[in-house]
Amino acid sequence: MAATVLLGPYVSEYYYLATYTILQFIVLGTAWNILGGYGGYVNFGTAGFFAIGCYTTIVLNKIFPMPLFFEMLAAAVTAGLVGLGTGYLTLRLRGVFFSIATLALAIVLQTLVVNWSFVGGARGVYVIRPPISGVLMAFFGFFVPNGISYVQFLVVLMVALTMFAVLAAWAVEKSWIGIGLAAIRDDESAAETSGVPSLRLKLIATTMSGAIMGMAGAPFPYYVTYVDPATAFGLAIAVNSIAMPLVGGTATWWGPVVGAILLGSAQQILTVTISSAANLFIVGVLLVVFLTAAPRGVVGIVRSWKRGRK
Amino acid sequence: MTANILDATGITKRFDGFAALTSVDFALLKGERVGLIGPNGSGKSTFVNCITGILAPDEGSITFDANDITKTPAWLRARRGLARTYQIPRPFRGMTIQENIEVPLRFAVGHKSARVISEAAQVILDEVGLGEKADLSPKGLTQVELRKLELGRALAARPKVLIADEVMAGLSESEVDEILALLNRLNAEGISILLIEHIMRAVMLFSQRIVVIVAGCKIADGLPDDVMQQEEVERAYLGE
Repeated sequence: MAATVLLGPYVSEYYYLATYTILQFIVLGTAWNILGGYGGYVNFGTAGFFAIGCYTTIVLNKIFPMPLFFEMLAAAVTAGLVGLGTGYLTLRLRGVFFSIATLALAIVLQTLVVNWSFVGGARGVYVIRPPISGVLMAFFGFFVPNGISYVQFLVVLMVALTMFAVLAAWAVEKSWIGIGLAAIRDDESAAETSGVPSLRLKLIATTMSGAIMGMAGAPFPYYVTYVDPATAFGLAIAVNSIAMPLVGGTATWWGPVVGAILLGSAQQILTVTISSAANLFIVGVLLVVFLTAAPRGVVGIVRSWKRGRK
Repeated sequence: MTANILDATGITKRFDGFAALTSVDFALLKGERVGLIGPNGSGKSTFVNCITGILAPDEGSITFDANDITKTPAWLRARRGLARTYQIPRPFRGMTIQENIEVPLRFAVGHKSARVISEAAQVILDEVGLGEKADLSPKGLTQVELRKLELGRALAARPKVLIADEVMAGLSESEVDEILALLNRLNAEGISILLIEHIMRAVMLFSQRIVVIVAGCKIADGLPDDVMQQEEVERAYLGE
């Protein structure tokens, strides 16, 4: 955080935008991994939860402007509740049926938004960035004489959110919830007969996962300043948040972080050097390479390397 | 108050019109050893799945330890002391053998401290003879060892009733004796055991009572020697 603020005056704004995108994907990948990696339930609907976060901000910004922090909380609650509700309706479905249901959820939500003119409908909506509150400005002014730009503020916010998400994932992984989810991932019936309350654990996971995805979406309207359903529900969001944990490794909290940094930076570099169309292409290629050569991702490679040295 | 630890009455289960179980009554006394036999496909595993909550019976009720558990989810039945093994071993493949045992210790028994859980797991692994392999993955285990792991995981839940679904299939004679000795030891500690098995030598040695299910109906229930002499049982097993 200090580095971001201190480097402020010396670095082009592009780097902040790139950093924001990568951080956003660390949060999304980490959130996806709580259910998908630990519990083995593949959620194709990440974009749906992300968009709930975006549109919560848009709605609140229109009817009752408030500091972004509270909009993020509201987004977490909304997306968390949708996660819980979806869980209740779909978690009796196992494996691929659950995945299809999450995909359907995203499509249903997108259709709703497209037809909801209050938030711009299919045309999309322009969002005006609110001023950074005086207290925050004074805080940052302590580090940097001229204060910080709004994008820099968003990056700082995203760093904080990333730390929160990773910490939450780490806590889940190390707790009884993580152990129970691992048992469910390996064999749900055997887990039940070992006393694991599988439905309850899966609901905790969908709620947490959804809430964090919503929080990742909440600052997005202020980052792009123009949001339409095609962006908020974009394929890139759903694909990236699955691909990044898979490339990094799904078994641990740091897998999605490594995966997001790796894939996220590669995408940024390719977008600048070759073309922005190469964006999803590189995800596809890396995904195929990792799934065939290293199905346990970077985490798996590191682990077997460690074992080899012993 | 009855001395029955487990009481199932009128259990009926249909799959798309096919009656897998038709009004099966079954009771297990505290501390009893019962053998459940029947030809392949007769509904034994369906019955176990209904009792343990993996399947919901269409009709009938189940009482366990003086509580109606007909609607109780599987994990809660496990917590209350109803444990089972699976016919085809279903270990948690992503975990070590010790971690497999630790799952029921944490969730079914409700231990919190990692040290207590680890120690209890060691005791159980030694009991089923897997103590040396605690840190290995179940992927490397033989069939016998996988069945021992199934048993160990069921035991870790500290059951009042243990349902052993074909834990001896495919084992050699001495291995069968080994498992039988283990089951007898558990029974001596007060665990009621329902043994589902095709190996008749083991069933006859082990059971105080034998129940026979054929085509989803219970056709016999009584002392082993009496049951085996019944004409219907003979017909089901040996043909006309």
